[in-house]
Amino acid sequence: MSKRIKEFLVPVITLVIIVTLSAFALGYMYNFTFEAIQKAKDAKELEAISEVVNEFDNNPFAEKTTIMTKDKKDKLIMYPARKGGKLTSVAIKSYSNAGFGGRIEVMTGFNVSGSIKYFKVISSNETPGLGSKVDEPKFKEQLTDFYPHRQILKVKQDGGDVDAVTAATISSRAVLKAIARAYDAFSNFNSGDNNE
Amino acid sequence: MNKTSLDNLTRGIFRENPILVMLLGMCPTLGVTTSATNGLGMGLATMFVLMLSNMAISSIKKVIPDIIRIPSFIVIIASFVTILEMVMQAYLPVLYSALGIYIPLIVVNCIILGRAEAFASKNTIFQSLLDAIGMGIGFTFALTILGSVREILGNGSIFGFSFMGEVANPILLFIMPPGAFLALASIIIVVNKLRGAK
Repeated sequence: MSKRIKEFLVPVITLVIIVTLSAFALGYMYNFTFEAIQKAKDAKELEAISEVVNEFDNNPFAEKTTIMTKDKKDKLIMYPARKGGKLTSVAIKSYSNAGFGGRIEVMTGFNVSGSIKYFKVISSNETPGLGSKVDEPKFKEQLTDFYPHRQILKVKQDGGDVDAVTAATISSRAVLKAIARAYDAFSNFNSGDNNE
Repeated sequence: MNKTSLDNLTRGIFRENPILVMLLGMCPTLGVTTSATNGLGMGLATMFVLMLSNMAISSIKKVIPDIIRIPSFIVIIASFVTILEMVMQAYLPVLYSALGIYIPLIVVNCIILGRAEAFASKNTIFQSLLDAIGMGIGFTFALTILGSVREILGNGSIFGFSFMGEVANPILLFIMPPGAFLALASIIIVVNKLRGAK
């Protein structure tokens, strides 16, 4: 009997020890890298912001505010870019869950006039080589100086004014949806509160 | 270096190449090789984890009872992969943004579990490291070749540099999933011919 108990207990205890050690190692590494990861993420976000807005001399990251989406169900983060104290453009972080690989996060820059300056996909799980091309200049530059209130922010297949990336219509649609969400929130914010 | 060590090091590169000969780890292979850069990145990341896990498993092989070796290996491999992911995210954000989505895939790569089971659990730490390096090089080599073929045919570029210009009409099929199978099969035909396999 005691031999049986030993045969059962030794593997169980060994496995528990291995799992516990792994858990401690992971917990320690998580704490150890937490701040650095946060810093790297912030730096990445600031880099994305500076890519999509006009020249600025403030810290858009420090001045971020949240704005409501059009349907009042969600909040987006808006980063104002100023030069010499004057607002030149804003960057809005928006998202869409309709990507081919799920959620896509997009940073879109808007000029004060309401046109799009540029956008950047900050996180996505789109197919490398296909859907990931929505973050390449060929697709992105179509939206430079795009006026969403005059032109239609949809792919041509859906009656819009934007050429979808070849073989990646779903990803293109999702990105445009995220940008449209940002634009709607932005124009809603402007019409409600003209302090900015 | 004696003959066995050399043999352990070179075995994985061509003779027992994990992709082209043993056909292990097909899921990440077919999934990520849409470009040469992706193939190379995935290969190097896998090689790094393979080296760590082979050494760790070889060093504790005596204390792990036989019946729980597979779960133990998986826990160890998953821990290494997660640590690697966190360290990369914190200190190498540029590399992480290029490889980030492939890192978790390494856990389910059966080459790593396969080498742990077939080699590291029976050999010394040093030999296991040599085996990991060889297998890693073989894996990286196969993935880079497969990625290059698919990128050249499907996108008209290599390592991101386009050589066909705007007018070209590449065979899009090759960067889509069916193209992965076709390209891999063609490469294996060539390799089998070279190996003289019947």
